Amino acid sequence: MTEVTETQLPGVGVRHEFTTVSGERVAVLSHRTGRREIAVYDRADPDACSTVLHLSNDDTRTLAELLGGSPVSEAVSGVQQLKGVAVDWIRIRPGNQHAGATIGDGRFRTRTGASIVALVRGDETLPAPGPEVALEAEDVVVAVGTTGGLRQLRDLLEA
Amino acid sequence: MTPVLAAASGEAALAFIEIGAVALVLSVLARLAGRLGITAIPLYLLAGLAVGEGGIAPLDVSADFIQLAGEIGVLLLLLTLGLEYSPDELRHGLRSSLTPGAVDALANFTPAFLVGLILGWEPAAALLLGGVCWISSSGVVSKVLTDLDRLGNRETPAVLNLLVIEDLAMAVYLPVVGALIVGSGAADTAATVAIALGAVTLILAVALRWGDHLSRLLAPASDEALLLAVFGLTLLVGGLAQEVQVSAAIGAFLVGLALSGSVQARAAAVVGPLRDLFAATFFLFFSFSVDPSDLVAVLLPAAALALLGIFGKILSGWVAARTATARTPGRLRAGTVLIARGEFSVVIAALGATTADGAELGALTAAYVLITAIAGPLAAKYSDRLATRVATAT
Repeated sequence: MTEVTETQLPGVGVRHEFTTVSGERVAVLSHRTGRREIAVYDRADPDACSTVLHLSNDDTRTLAELLGGSPVSEAVSGVQQLKGVAVDWIRIRPGNQHAGATIGDGRFRTRTGASIVALVRGDETLPAPGPEVALEAEDVVVAVGTTGGLRQLRDLLEA
Repeated sequence: MTPVLAAASGEAALAFIEIGAVALVLSVLARLAGRLGITAIPLYLLAGLAVGEGGIAPLDVSADFIQLAGEIGVLLLLLTLGLEYSPDELRHGLRSSLTPGAVDALANFTPAFLVGLILGWEPAAALLLGGVCWISSSGVVSKVLTDLDRLGNRETPAVLNLLVIEDLAMAVYLPVVGALIVGSGAADTAATVAIALGAVTLILAVALRWGDHLSRLLAPASDEALLLAVFGLTLLVGGLAQEVQVSAAIGAFLVGLALSGSVQARAAAVVGPLRDLFAATFFLFFSFSVDPSDLVAVLLPAAALALLGIFGKILSGWVAARTATARTPGRLRAGTVLIARGEFSVVIAALGATTADGAELGALTAAYVLITAIAGPLAAKYSDRLATRVATAT
């Protein structure tokens, strides 16, 4: 991974900088308000920016989606093209009977027809978890199935 | 009830008309300033001259209201200045920018203080003049940096950290000069200075260590409840500070410093519009009490001070940007962007309004802020051209 340096901008927000493989220096500025700026540094004057792109909250989300960060979003954008197939994000309630048990124990696919394609735990994403993976409270389950099957799965995990 | 309302309504109607007309004029000025890419403060000051005594359209019945609203404006202005930085940013700024901060103080405060003494002012008034010329307008600086797309630049963190240091320096400077102005004898003055510094140290320590407790207390409030709580706290602490001879403005500033975390951001957002309204009134009221003929008289010293102030800031920006490893163009950009003085300068001058040299200080400050707030953004805009010229000349 490229080395990223972080600089605090008092009263404004925070700035992350890195150098691309081709030697271009790029900064992402995160304003406190959520607005972002992408700046490309000038080769002649490396202290200044030659191009600055202003992004609203929505723009940032769109751009992040297009740049395709996580495997989850790529997998999801793939299945959303299919007719009759739905995707849902389900947070496991603390105290749910499946929290602490493995995916295999829950026999979710047998019972609902829906498949768990990923788990999001805090900042971490576990793509394609096997049946031996244990679910934890507050995990977000990403599941693919029919609308009815997903509703059943939601009933099981949010109980 | 009815007779009271009926008797007051004639005067109230006149006051509404005056205040409404003034607010509309300020609105036009704010738009004009936005178009020109400068802060509206100098234009508000000009408007205040026009409606003040000796101006072209002096206000009649609403003067009292404008005075009180202006005083609330100072409190809200300083509250939001205190809110601007989180305790972490203050600590980091203090660690990283002490040397540039010291250069900034020496290069800008000292010459102006000496000019005050040369003009034959009392030392306390000269100290105020030093402060007026010392502090850059953080409002103008961050606006110019945003407008010119310079937030990504290497010198920018150094510039912003310098503003943090100035903000912190104000937390010590304001109470000290505030006490010096009210203190009559030497022992008396020493006592008020001690009380003021003690209060500031206490509040700063509480804010930096336990500010999150106060913030947590306020966090569950709705926006409406938060606005009222912050407004109330500001006026209450300001009033109490005034009671112990520390200026109310400083109390408000410390309330801002004490709020941190998510409450800080929310408070800044809810108080913002209120601050804009009352602060505009404050700038108006400030030059309201300046006699236009005084302004003409101080033009020469104001121009000389502005020249000193421009070079002083270029020096402090240069030093700050050099520690951030920026090269010549970056150093010049840092210096020129810092030239503009604004809200803090006017607040400092307003502290000394009651002193013997108050009238002259007020006029001088108005002229000084007018010159630097207009020249600063322009110089910042063209600093790269200046840098090329410097480079070809050497």
